[in-house]
Amino acid sequence: MEGITAILALGILAALLGLVLGLAARSIRVESDKVEEQIDALLPQTQCAQCGYPGCRPYAKAIAEGEADINLCAPGGDAAIRALADLLGREVKPMAHDVDPEESAVVAVVDEPRCIGCTLCIQACPVDAIVGAPRQMHTVIAAECTGCKLCLPPCPVDCIDLAPLPPADNGSAWARPDARTATA
Amino acid sequence: MNPTRIAVTPGRFHGGLKLDGHRKLASGKPITPLPLSERYFLWLAQHYGDAALPCVSVGERVLRGQVVALQEGQRGTPIHAPTSGIVRGFQDLPAPAADSSSASMLVIESDGEDRACTDLSGLAEWDCAAPETLVERIAQSGIVGLGGAVFATAAKIARAEAGVTLILNGAECEPYISCDDGLMRERANSIIGGAQILLRALGSSDCIIAIERDKPEAIAAMEVALRDAGDERFRLERIFSLYPAGGERQLIETLTGRQVPRGGLPQDIGLVCINVGTAAAIRHAVCEGRPLTSRVTTVTGPVLGAPGNFDVRIGTPVRELIAAAGGCNDPKARLIMGGPMMGIPLRDDRVPVIKAMNCLLALPESALADGRDQRPCIRCGECAEVCPARLLPQQMYWELRDERFEPARKFGLDACIECGCCDVVCPSHLPLTRYFRWGKGQLHRQTVERERAEHARQRFEARNARIGQQKAQREARLAAKREALEKARSDGNRGAAIDEIIARKKSSTAGNDDSGQTG
Amino acid sequence: MSVAATAAPFLRPPAGVTQVMARVLLALCPATLAHIWYFGPGIAINMAIAASACIGSEALILRLRQRPIGASLGDLSAVVTGVLLAFCIPPLTPWWITACGSVFAIVFAKQLYGGLGFNPFNPAMAGYAVILISFPVEMTRWLAPRQLTETMPGFPASLAAILSGKPPGAPTWDGMTMATPLDFAKTEIARLQTMPEIRADVMFGDFAGLGWEWIANWIAIGGIWMIYKGVIRWHIPVAMLASLSLCAFVFWIADPGKFASPGFHVFGGAAMLGAFFIATDPVSAATTIRGRVIYAAGIGVLTYVIRTWGGYPDGIAFAVLLMNLCVPLIDRYTRPRIYGDGS
Repeated sequence: MEGITAILALGILAALLGLVLGLAARSIRVESDKVEEQIDALLPQTQCAQCGYPGCRPYAKAIAEGEADINLCAPGGDAAIRALADLLGREVKPMAHDVDPEESAVVAVVDEPRCIGCTLCIQACPVDAIVGAPRQMHTVIAAECTGCKLCLPPCPVDCIDLAPLPPADNGSAWARPDARTATA
Repeated sequence: MNPTRIAVTPGRFHGGLKLDGHRKLASGKPITPLPLSERYFLWLAQHYGDAALPCVSVGERVLRGQVVALQEGQRGTPIHAPTSGIVRGFQDLPAPAADSSSASMLVIESDGEDRACTDLSGLAEWDCAAPETLVERIAQSGIVGLGGAVFATAAKIARAEAGVTLILNGAECEPYISCDDGLMRERANSIIGGAQILLRALGSSDCIIAIERDKPEAIAAMEVALRDAGDERFRLERIFSLYPAGGERQLIETLTGRQVPRGGLPQDIGLVCINVGTAAAIRHAVCEGRPLTSRVTTVTGPVLGAPGNFDVRIGTPVRELIAAAGGCNDPKARLIMGGPMMGIPLRDDRVPVIKAMNCLLALPESALADGRDQRPCIRCGECAEVCPARLLPQQMYWELRDERFEPARKFGLDACIECGCCDVVCPSHLPLTRYFRWGKGQLHRQTVERERAEHARQRFEARNARIGQQKAQREARLAAKREALEKARSDGNRGAAIDEIIARKKSSTAGNDDSGQTG
Repeated sequence: MSVAATAAPFLRPPAGVTQVMARVLLALCPATLAHIWYFGPGIAINMAIAASACIGSEALILRLRQRPIGASLGDLSAVVTGVLLAFCIPPLTPWWITACGSVFAIVFAKQLYGGLGFNPFNPAMAGYAVILISFPVEMTRWLAPRQLTETMPGFPASLAAILSGKPPGAPTWDGMTMATPLDFAKTEIARLQTMPEIRADVMFGDFAGLGWEWIANWIAIGGIWMIYKGVIRWHIPVAMLASLSLCAFVFWIADPGKFASPGFHVFGGAAMLGAFFIATDPVSAATTIRGRVIYAAGIGVLTYVIRTWGGYPDGIAFAVLLMNLCVPLIDRYTRPRIYGDGS
């Protein structure tokens, strides 16, 4: 008999508290547009649409609204996933697509002799990194190129290549030390 | 006219370690010059900043002190030939730098005569010269910070405002190194002379000379020189010997009790810190017209036959220094440029001397940490107790272990001076300083990437704005045209005429279509 | 002379974790010998059982976690946990209780958090708290000190008792057990005796209980040796004992009849052990010195509160565990100001 009283008492208490918490979660919710900005600030801004959204800001919006997962950004890599996980309090997951790490640091290079001056790549580049005009030769400003690869499909003569960026390797003195800890 | 001198409040910095100085090995003997080498190798990227570009051609004859390479820019620092001879081109040698990769070195073959270049002559009346003239001369003589940072001294002076206090750094706190000790013992007059020139160049009249207490002979020699000079502007301060008291920020805190603002420079609080070796070099450059072509280097280590301080020319292969120091009796000894706490390991003994090489240290394997017996961090907190920058190395390590660079930065990773004190006291033998160095590199990389991303985002948004604007303009134009058309239609006669034209156009197009189809 | 490059600093660091742990064990030896002298060799047997159980369970968990066993066991931290746990329990505790506590301490309070360096709670105290609550009768079967009994069990008798759980020599435990001075004082206070009357009982010596105060002395001597050798710093022991004495002093001055003197508290129970050996566990303590002083002071205050008004005669274990919970908060608010961040 006492056992049933105890179970009832605790059960009712738990239900009441749960109700209070649920109502509070709805009424005191912090509506934050700034979350979207904060997410956007963590994305690499290549605007490459590999995540399935037409640009980094739409992807950020989708994450903020809970529609998209945080592991879709290929250029951002694991660092971006980790940063987003930290910001939003979500779990760190492995990258959704298969990303070849060699590919991620590239710049586009126009093979000038083959270029026919059609401006299709200029229109495709999201950051205006290609200069040129109709019937004039086009070229990529390497410093502005983010490696999003959106210019490759439109080119009718397939004259754009991807060149790897030189690796930022400073040698062994700056490398991560071996974690040969005997973690007990 | 009585300038205010800053108060010296003898204090101490936080943390630090009492390390065995091993000074007896190399000090106490006179500074020995090295005989001329056959070839000298000049590493053109040895200055802070961009690599210098050569300004001589292969086969050209050069004299000692002649400019052979120059950094670009207004305050570019030149590199001078260490002796007279012929420029032979470039050779790939391991560079005395953190990544030990090979670099192209300019080769000068000595002709044995060691003739001096007379481009620069001594400024006899430097004490009447304008400060700018002195700064110019310092820049032309290729003078950089000889304490190890090799920052262009002329740029340092130019950045300071008038009336700063000059601090001469004779602390030399790292074990084994004694080149400044020897310099102070034997060439105190040159140091004082150089400091006087600096005071004129800075437009100030307050100089504090800081020497560690464990160098009584050096202190005595400097006191004699000060007495001879009779210059009221100088004060000698004996500071207790604790590593890293010779670090600029720690020295300033010890002498004045003030701290250099984080991310700032000593000039921000009215102080300029110059190494005693640099001061002596300035004296030679201004009074004798001798550019920087040599420096005093300590060659020491328990495996060398006769360690000591040597006067070496820039570009001498390190192999010859070892030979001059009695040879090395351990083939597996490790060569280090600098001291055991902050030095840079050298790949082999073909590396040439550069302006930053204050010490060449040969340590046997047995004296080195091997990094194999790492244990987990037991949170003992000893690292925080010895950190001169008042950081929490333990917390930074925990964050960096998980590659959380931003939280590590919040714990002060950017303020770490990489002195190595935390490594030495860690009972778990963790390579803390290496983690911090790595973390700093990653943070820098992340900052660069974030700036690029922000830049790309702005360009993207600008492009969207432009396209949107073009679209809006087009729509506006179309709307205006449509409006004009509507207005014209509603206006009676004209409207009928337009309708007729439109109808005719329609029918003719239809007719054309028909004829096109049939015919 | 071509050698591979590593990076600065190049000096070989001094002592390692193993040496630290070995010194802790060494510092406990005088107190252990004193304990054996006053209460029989039971504690030594329990230390052996606890240490073996700790090492065994650690090896097992490391195997399950696929981590190298030799290096982890070699740092002696499991042995220290076992030894400290054994020091806190009655000398004739049955072996299964000791083993339970040891296994819980290592498996749950240390290994499941990630091993050495990752545990937020002091493993020895966590293990002790579990067996204290689970086996309340056995954990209060303390023996009478040498001066007050003729039947101190020898080594074979102690071993038999520990292995079997039956009282040595006597048919029941009541004949040979005696409450600790702290326990005695608590029950007598509840029976409205005054402190002077309680202190007059034969079991009390100069400061605290007979035998116990001498053990506390030897613990303090071992602790001071550890400070001298640099194994621990003086801040935690001093802060804890000071705050404990201060609390005791305030109430004792107010009403000496009801509250025990500072000396009684400092030399009684496990206060000395807690101050020098338990609270100083670096892994579960706060990070900075300022944080540690606050942490240790908190332990002192909580110990006094539990001893005087709480349900247990000695509150060191719970005080330590509660302050372990507070460590992240303390760490957050005691960060030093970094060089250059404003003066």
